[in-house]
Amino acid sequence: MSPMARTAPVPAATDPAIIRNFCIIAHIDHGKSTLADRMLQLTGVVEQRDMKAQYLDRMDIERERGITIKSQAVRLPWELDGVSYALNMIDTPGHVDFTYEVSRSLAACEGAILLVDAAQGIEAQTLANLYLAMENDLTIIPVLNKIDLPAAQPEKYAAELANLIGGNPEDVLLVSGKTGVGVEALLDKIVRDLPSPVGDANAPARAMIFDSVYDTYRGVVTYVRVVDGHLSPRERIQMMSTRASHELLEIGVSSPEPTPSKGLGVGEVGYLITGVKDVRQSKVGDTVTNLAKPAAASLSGYADAKPMVFSGLYPLDGADYPVLRDALEKLMLNDAALIYEPETSAALGFGFRVGFLGLLHLEITRERLEREYNLSLISTAPNVEYEVTLEDKNVVHVTNPSEYPVGKIAAVREPMVSATILAPNEFVGAIMELCQSRRGVMGGMDYLSEDRVEIRYRLPLAEIVFDFFDILKSRTRGYGSLDWKADGDQVADLVKVDIMLQGEQVDAFSAITHRDKAYAYGVMMTGKLRELIPRQQFEVPIQAAIGSRIIARESIRAIRKDVLAKCYGGDITRKRKLLEKQKEGKKRMKMVGRVEVPQEAFIAALSSDESKDKAKK
Amino acid sequence: MPSTLPLGEPAPADGRLPPSAVAGSRDRAFGLYVHIPFCAVRCGYCDFNTYTAAELGGGASQASYALTVERELEFAGGALAQSGIAQRALSTVFFGGGTPTLLPSQDLSRVLQTAKNVWGLEPGAEVTTEANPDSVTPESLAELARAGFTRVSFGMQSAVPHVLAVLDRTHAPERVPLAVEWARAAGLKVSLDLIYGTPGEELSDWESSLEAALTLEPDHLSAYALIIEDGTALARRIRRGEVPMVDDDDHADKYEIAENMLRGAGMSWYEVSNWARTGEDQCRHNLAYWKGHDWWGAGPGAHSHMGGTRWWNVKHPAAYAQRLDTGASPAAGREILDETARYVEDVLLRSRLAEGYLVAGLQPEGRHAVAGLIADGLIEPADAFKGVVRLSGRGRLLADAVVRRLLPN
Ligand SMILES: Nc1nc2c(ncn2[C@@H]2O[C@H](COP(=O)(O)OP(=O)(O)OP(=O)(O)O)[C@@H](O)[C@H]2O)c(=O)[nH]1
Ligand SMILES: C[S@@+](CC[C@H](N)C(=O)[O-])C[C@H]1O[C@@H](n2cnc3c(N)ncnc32)[C@H](O)[C@@H]1O
Ligand code: SF4
Ligand SMILES: [Mg+2]
Repeated sequence: MSPMARTAPVPAATDPAIIRNFCIIAHIDHGKSTLADRMLQLTGVVEQRDMKAQYLDRMDIERERGITIKSQAVRLPWELDGVSYALNMIDTPGHVDFTYEVSRSLAACEGAILLVDAAQGIEAQTLANLYLAMENDLTIIPVLNKIDLPAAQPEKYAAELANLIGGNPEDVLLVSGKTGVGVEALLDKIVRDLPSPVGDANAPARAMIFDSVYDTYRGVVTYVRVVDGHLSPRERIQMMSTRASHELLEIGVSSPEPTPSKGLGVGEVGYLITGVKDVRQSKVGDTVTNLAKPAAASLSGYADAKPMVFSGLYPLDGADYPVLRDALEKLMLNDAALIYEPETSAALGFGFRVGFLGLLHLEITRERLEREYNLSLISTAPNVEYEVTLEDKNVVHVTNPSEYPVGKIAAVREPMVSATILAPNEFVGAIMELCQSRRGVMGGMDYLSEDRVEIRYRLPLAEIVFDFFDILKSRTRGYGSLDWKADGDQVADLVKVDIMLQGEQVDAFSAITHRDKAYAYGVMMTGKLRELIPRQQFEVPIQAAIGSRIIARESIRAIRKDVLAKCYGGDITRKRKLLEKQKEGKKRMKMVGRVEVPQEAFIAALSSDESKDKAKK
Repeated sequence: MPSTLPLGEPAPADGRLPPSAVAGSRDRAFGLYVHIPFCAVRCGYCDFNTYTAAELGGGASQASYALTVERELEFAGGALAQSGIAQRALSTVFFGGGTPTLLPSQDLSRVLQTAKNVWGLEPGAEVTTEANPDSVTPESLAELARAGFTRVSFGMQSAVPHVLAVLDRTHAPERVPLAVEWARAAGLKVSLDLIYGTPGEELSDWESSLEAALTLEPDHLSAYALIIEDGTALARRIRRGEVPMVDDDDHADKYEIAENMLRGAGMSWYEVSNWARTGEDQCRHNLAYWKGHDWWGAGPGAHSHMGGTRWWNVKHPAAYAQRLDTGASPAAGREILDETARYVEDVLLRSRLAEGYLVAGLQPEGRHAVAGLIADGLIEPADAFKGVVRLSGRGRLLADAVVRRLLPN
């Protein structure tokens, strides 16, 4: 067993031979961050007294939800057979919305720990992330975690894992991130089995940007992995895509707090600070080189994260629009996956159409905006991007149902995904039924082991982004897992359903749906609104329509009584307080024409019933 | 369970009022409210500050109660004088509860006498007591009339036995005509309180109750929609599903029935829930609340108002008596209204009256809302053209909404 390293290799002067770069990848919740905690402790970079669970999940929202959203890289010293090594560990998120974070992290590593919960076995993101790691030619170390759990089945899942990646079940390491069992052996194995980075120390520098984060105090902090050459403090560097040059104000490693160094050499992972204020000037996937001695060719970068789901974000109080604009601008500094543009809604006023990676990304962004910028927001029904070809051959891309062209449409294409679902084989029937009802076409099915299957479907993205996963979970009693990735588009028979209150179209409630589902949407939305909108001083008809054809209708009867009359014995203060409360309530209303619609009604009407409090996991 | 008091600032122990309350007091009418916090039983819907003998653990406080209130009246006289408030004779006195007539008539008369000693009564002053139909006798009513009472307001609530039962009322319906007759014989004007919208009350039940009340030819009638107050036994029964929840539409129907029948019988509304046979018969004490006049409220939990300062007494009779024993003000808290709050209250209160609110007195938002209120049928167009915002029949049922529209956001 190895002791904690007595001397840590010094950044900028570390022989690549003693460097090991790896990331921890897994399905959501299989324990990556907890395992990372034990590594921080065992290597001594975090003192016992400073330790807290999921140490690297630093954002409030990560801590509250108990999930990782951003990858974190940390340099750890580790000694084996008398040699001190420098390990760069990257903890990655497990949720499918953040898969792009995983792919970036993989590009900074030679190896990956494929972590599998010993009580759950292989799940959809295990496969997806393993696939990404293999694509990047990484050496995989299979590890079963949570072996302390009574429900753990290490033999069964070791066999499953070995079967998946080739090798012997005995080679699968057994650890517990909770108790620390097996973690030292894992660190030793990382040193032994993972290749050290190779690069040309004398060549012009080439460093790959794998993350870029805006920090209020320090400006943009850029995380890089040096491939060739050397970067030193105070030198001028150049971004190879834009040719923009900056002075390196600070360079260092995270261990896990930022620690300035004399530079970074071949194979090292660390951070740069140049004083730029916008993450887009320091783009993920770009290559950093020396301005004085620039490299000839850049490293191959990554594809930009592509937003898949769009939603309108509107301040409840129109006066907050500038606050929302500034807030989005700031969030975007930190989240290159976020895109937005201003839009106006007849019902909601001025807001933004924002593109997200998925519903969790939407939810988190919205929550951060509300919390960190003290905003009250309404988000419109999320939708995907459609490509509409008009009869005059013009093509429009529609991310907002209210912009859906009227009439004269030649064809509509909708984005597709290929989805992988893993579940015990007893649920195959239920899963097929679900996918079929979502217009899916089956691609194939494989047995991972005797009783677990992998089912592949091609489905319209619009059918899976919202409540699909929750329904999948409930139909498989929690055992099903899902992974998906974009897979082109297809022509589809789509229509726009409008919702009208008192004859006035409420663009926020319009939806683009498959023709077969339009009626169901109309009935559902008009019914919901009837429940959600309080009675007004006049009758409010609610209608759903395709073009001018009404497909569903409801009506809210006029309120007849809104007066409190009792002899209060002179307690007028109470009456006034009551009025103030009523007026406060009114402030939380949005006017749609003359109809007062409570904020809650927008939120409730626009969130799907079955997925209201979930969507997180 | 009695409802809670508002939150305000602490009230000074000597009862002294701020200068803002003093200014202009000479020209304002002045009334007295006396709270009697005792009832024989607690009705399931009621959250007034009242206690049964069992709740108080003995009748001692009830026996000495008149004395305690008299002490507050004397304290009030001193505090008002010291604050520099103009010395005015009382225009109205109102004994409410609780059940004032649970106390011997002599006690009520003594308290009234003390009030006369402290302030004096204006000629033609209105002096009312509330009463439960089964807590009066011909003698007790005659005694009250002799002492100077001019009006009695009976809690009739309903004439229908199953409705009275849900309300936990103890009196037999037949008792009401008797009580009214005795009051008339004593020379007292009569008012009746009715409650509508009790769970299980049919429209025809409500019509019968109105019918029964009108047969008695009251001078004044209050009809209140039953409010399910938090913390009451009735609220719990509804929550447990033992009786159905009351319904706003049912309330609206019944209000319309009341308005039609009462108007048919020659009574006119002067406040959303109050009707009177003639202008003379309107309850002037009640009007004083809506018009923001000055009044002193004596007794536990009683509220007072003096030129924009509102205060309220400690709630429990024991705590109340204790304060007065030490010579301190029984006030638990107070609120000095600023300009905005005074305007809000003025609109809130006066717009519920048949005499309406002067358009000229409204701030711009309010004046701009008038046209919309006419369009929506919530105020009387003809009155609006004459410069008065006066609720229409529909508007009375939506009075809170009208007020919100008249006031700035
Ligand atoms: N019993 C037991 N629980 C563990 C172990 N490792 C992690 N957990 C628990 O599993 C849950 C998820 O752990 P995390 O470390 O946040 O998982 P993660 O893989 O980082 O999750 P994401 O970052 O959201 O994908 C937490 O409740 C941990 O306490 C383990 O070895 N044993
Ligand atoms: C102070 S109370 C009581 C007078 C007397 N103790 C009685 O009950 O006959 C005055 C009136 O308020 C009305 N009231 C009391 N509680 C009510 C409630 N929860 N909803 C509507 N009106 C109520 C009743 O009509 C009652 O007569
Ligand atoms: S008698 Fe009157 S005051 Fe007493 S509990 Fe009943 S309603 Fe309330
Ligand atoms: Mg994590």
